[in-house]
Amino acid sequence: MFRFSIKQLVATAISAALFFLLARFLSIPVFANTSLTLQYAVLGFFAAVFGPITGLLAGLIGHALTDLTFGYGIWWSWVIASALVGFASGFLLFKVKIEEGELGKRGILQFIIGSLIIHLVAWGVVAPLLDILIYAEPADKVFVQGLIAGVGDFAFTAIVGTLLLVGYAKTRVKSGSLE
Amino acid sequence: MNSPAIKFTKFGFRYRTQKNPTLYDINLEIQSGEKILITGPSGSGKSTLGSCLNGLIPFNYPGEVTGELLIGARKPESIFKLSETVGTVLQDTDAQFVGLTSGEDIAFALENRNVAQESMKQRVIEAAKMVGAENYLTRSPFNLSGGQKQRVGMAGVMVGNAPVLLFDEPLAALDPLTGKTAVALIDDISKQTGATIIIIEHRFEDVLYRHIDRVILMNDGRIIAVMPPGEMVCSGLLEECGVREPLYFTALKYAGVKITPDKCPGRLDTLILEESDKARVREYASTPGLLQTTLDETPLLEVKNLSFAYEKGQAVLSDVNIKLAQGEMTAIIGANGAGKSSFAKILVGFEKESDGSIIYNGKDFTDKTIPERAEKIGYIMQNPNQMLCKPMVYDEVALGLRARGVSESNTRKRVEKTLEICGLSRFLSWPVSALSYGQKKRVTIADALILEPEILIMDEPTAGQDWRNYTRILDFLKELNTERGITVLMITHDMHLCLEYARRALVFAGGRLLCDAPPADALSDPNITIHANLKETSLFDLAQLAGCTDKTTLTRVFIREKRRNHDSIRVH
Amino acid sequence: MTVFGYIDKKSPIHTLTGATKLIMTLLLSIASMITYDTRFLAAVIITSCVLFALSRVSLGEIKIILSLIVVFLLINNIIIFLFSPDQGTLVYGTRHELFRIAERYSVTQEQLFYQINVTLKYFAIVPAAIVFFLTTEPGEFAASLNTLKVNYKAAYAVSLAMRYIPEVQRSYHEISQAQQARGIDISKKAPLKKRMAGAVAIVFPLVFSSMDKIQTVANALELRGFGHEKTRSWYAHRRFKVGDIAVIVLSVAAVAWSVITLAINGGRFYNPF
Ligand SMILES: Nc1ncnc2c1ncn2[C@@H]1O[C@H](COP(=O)(O)OP(=O)(O)OP(=O)(O)O)[C@@H](O)[C@H]1O
Ligand SMILES: Nc1ncnc2c1ncn2[C@@H]1O[C@H](COP(=O)(O)OP(=O)(O)OP(=O)(O)O)[C@@H](O)[C@H]1O
Ligand SMILES: [Mg+2]
Ligand SMILES: [Mg+2]
Repeated sequence: MFRFSIKQLVATAISAALFFLLARFLSIPVFANTSLTLQYAVLGFFAAVFGPITGLLAGLIGHALTDLTFGYGIWWSWVIASALVGFASGFLLFKVKIEEGELGKRGILQFIIGSLIIHLVAWGVVAPLLDILIYAEPADKVFVQGLIAGVGDFAFTAIVGTLLLVGYAKTRVKSGSLE
Repeated sequence: MNSPAIKFTKFGFRYRTQKNPTLYDINLEIQSGEKILITGPSGSGKSTLGSCLNGLIPFNYPGEVTGELLIGARKPESIFKLSETVGTVLQDTDAQFVGLTSGEDIAFALENRNVAQESMKQRVIEAAKMVGAENYLTRSPFNLSGGQKQRVGMAGVMVGNAPVLLFDEPLAALDPLTGKTAVALIDDISKQTGATIIIIEHRFEDVLYRHIDRVILMNDGRIIAVMPPGEMVCSGLLEECGVREPLYFTALKYAGVKITPDKCPGRLDTLILEESDKARVREYASTPGLLQTTLDETPLLEVKNLSFAYEKGQAVLSDVNIKLAQGEMTAIIGANGAGKSSFAKILVGFEKESDGSIIYNGKDFTDKTIPERAEKIGYIMQNPNQMLCKPMVYDEVALGLRARGVSESNTRKRVEKTLEICGLSRFLSWPVSALSYGQKKRVTIADALILEPEILIMDEPTAGQDWRNYTRILDFLKELNTERGITVLMITHDMHLCLEYARRALVFAGGRLLCDAPPADALSDPNITIHANLKETSLFDLAQLAGCTDKTTLTRVFIREKRRNHDSIRVH
Repeated sequence: MTVFGYIDKKSPIHTLTGATKLIMTLLLSIASMITYDTRFLAAVIITSCVLFALSRVSLGEIKIILSLIVVFLLINNIIIFLFSPDQGTLVYGTRHELFRIAERYSVTQEQLFYQINVTLKYFAIVPAAIVFFLTTEPGEFAASLNTLKVNYKAAYAVSLAMRYIPEVQRSYHEISQAQQARGIDISKKAPLKKRMAGAVAIVFPLVFSSMDKIQTVANALELRGFGHEKTRSWYAHRRFKVGDIAVIVLSVAAVAWSVITLAINGGRFYNPF
């Protein structure tokens, strides 16, 4: 599970690039410095397919690049939370052979429930706590920001991420099945 | 002689996901220093054979190997080990180019072998010089042209000094002149380094512009024939397998000239024609040719003084003026980066012109939105994967109507009809992912057609398609044109296509409209072909060789015959 | 259209290695994460503004980034005030009211000072980060990371991500146009629900065409011998010079100083009240 193949490396780079672009161009602002975006759905999908290391690095690189070019410097608390989301999502398809087109109800449930927990922890606990720890921001502000981001990100991940997985599983075919 | 560079013995391969093998019973020896062309229809297993040579099979694509393959007298051990022996230039130059600058990209293989920086820089410069890329070592891939990217790609493989070089479809995205240069470059490399060269390519005639030792023809996973080019051309096997034979050769057949291998017909410059043969060609060229058709006078679409730039100060199009009449079938041709695709994108509103106006049916079109324009002009991009967004064929084609609020029952009717027109009826309930590239391309045509546009623009309709698919797509476009009166614009690098199907050619060069004339005229004017990176087809050279007084007449006669053949095929 | 504006100029900052600038940015960001000492933060900002001036990058070239961060900081300040107008009192333990706006919202000296500190803290590493970004050749970036003992595959992933951002961006652009032609509206005018549906319609082809790309690029890397050896050399690598060492020493000193301020102030905050 912790091997890092060349394919996973390329997947890391490309999903980081996608993460970055979605954050920059497809975000729909809903609250102060917090927007609804699809990048976590895509991150969740790539992490689930390519594993935790890909997820971790894609979250880290994608978010750091986004922050840097937005001029935030690097907002470490959220960068770390993104990396965490990527890493943890890498375990969501544990024991599901999606490469062979296997997903099923079990895979989908695993993905959705797992994502719920991950986003809850990342945006409800880790990001705000780090905000308070590093930047000494007011607690209620960061928890509200975290909550809004978390709910949006989870909703998108559950819907779009799942659809992506279903679509991907369809394109994978089983051994000896093509004539 | 020592042992062969490559030896297949009773070799076969089956992809893990396939039920049946993709390669059967391959027996082949390639001597070191040979120059080989592998050709055959789409899906015949050419790339699969190439992947066996560089180790992608079996190390990256799992499957079942039978028989034996020896490369340099050794069995393949790993991709890394093989990469010292076999250097591969991929078809997709964007994927091949992995560095952030040309220099870095050329150095890539050396970096991976821990070559020290000083000697690395030295070797990069040497390799770059060999392909003529030394002037853009610090440029990023993003602002290199297709031909430049490919040079860098070749240098990046040559730097490793591999004794075998493998090229998979090196010409697919190149304009005619750049393609010709690429073939010459490969030939020069082979002469300078003495490397064994293996080229996989559909464009048979273009590769034969330089010397090739042997041609391997594949079909359905088997090697059908291995012959020197001259014999291959005369054998008639090419046509049988759906590979396009050289144009001049077809013309000679039409003219009733009998060609045998001893006349060296593999390349036009080696072809020996007797005086009687030449007379036959001249006589054929004097039969009545294609009549110039005059077009409807009132324009459907008029573009006036159009200018455009992606970034300020770097004009991509300047002062373009074009009138299109209803029912035309017209080709847009020109060099890589001349602005052809950009022009199409402006017509459909993807990009906004910086100056000039577009008039559609007498009304100003400039401030119409993208979806409004899409109902008049359908644009089909080169890569179908960028247009397909629904998992199922039906939903995919229905999308445009649903987004416009058409009722479901009405939608269903129109989808069924459109799929029928496109020959896709039986795929109505299929997933898009199960279709082949050519079929996907037709789905994207259906996407555009369902909005019942009056103009259809196809960007590179045939790139990477084999002759059979190519003919199928173009005959289909022609049918839409003649039977439904849809105006068709095709952006293409294929001079054949332009001659055979278009009645008018718009030649772009450096962002300007260089010429607007019937294809046969445009392509026979050296002033134009040189400026627009085009290439005369071999018909002109044949006319010259045969001593015809007017070089274009042979082309006209030939096209007429070709078109008559299409029509008779359609009637039966 | 490209977002990674490496700006090629001749300046003392350009001659520093990417590794140095990366270390500097990271250390400064750690230092300004540790402490809330106003004087320290101000010093960091002044130093990195000097670096910025030295780099000969003009303000015009970073207009967009600057306006983004100003908006960001402004909104952040407003939100902090709306949520906790008394965070300053909480932090500094005293309350000097300046004027009252309404109900629980009154402006205190402590709140003002606290918010200035928050702003400084966010802003502290911005000049350094911008300098790092605009004066480091992307190719050298990966080499730098590898010099810092980051695993070369991870380092290379950064480089590859930067390589593919413009390309993915172009295909994003083309896909979104093609979808608009089919009647999908993603413009700012469209209602939220439609915009989201549109966004989803773009993401699908984008992701699936990327999946195809992953396999071909992975093949390209492997066919040229990537990933087999334990280490790799870098074409774009640059050696450390005196200036590099000086900058690194200074950055380490900054971290040390920020730790010292903790002791001096008896906590993270410098309390003038
Ligand atoms: N990775 C793969 N997994 C399963 N089947 C494959 C794979 N790659 C190719 N095939 C199948 O093998 C057959 C031969 O494909 P191949 O790519 O070798 O053809 P080709 O002669 O190179 O065609 P083209 O001219 O279109 O490139 C096809 O039927 C294809 O579907
Ligand atoms: N999205 C873009 N942003 C910036 N520049 C672009 C963009 N698309 C194309 N260009 C540039 O505009 C010029 C014209 O490109 P265009 O794609 O129109 O050429 P083309 O004639 O279609 O070439 P080809 O035959 O290679 O497809 C090129 O120099 C290209 O690099
Ligand atoms: Mg192929
Ligand atoms: Mg084009």
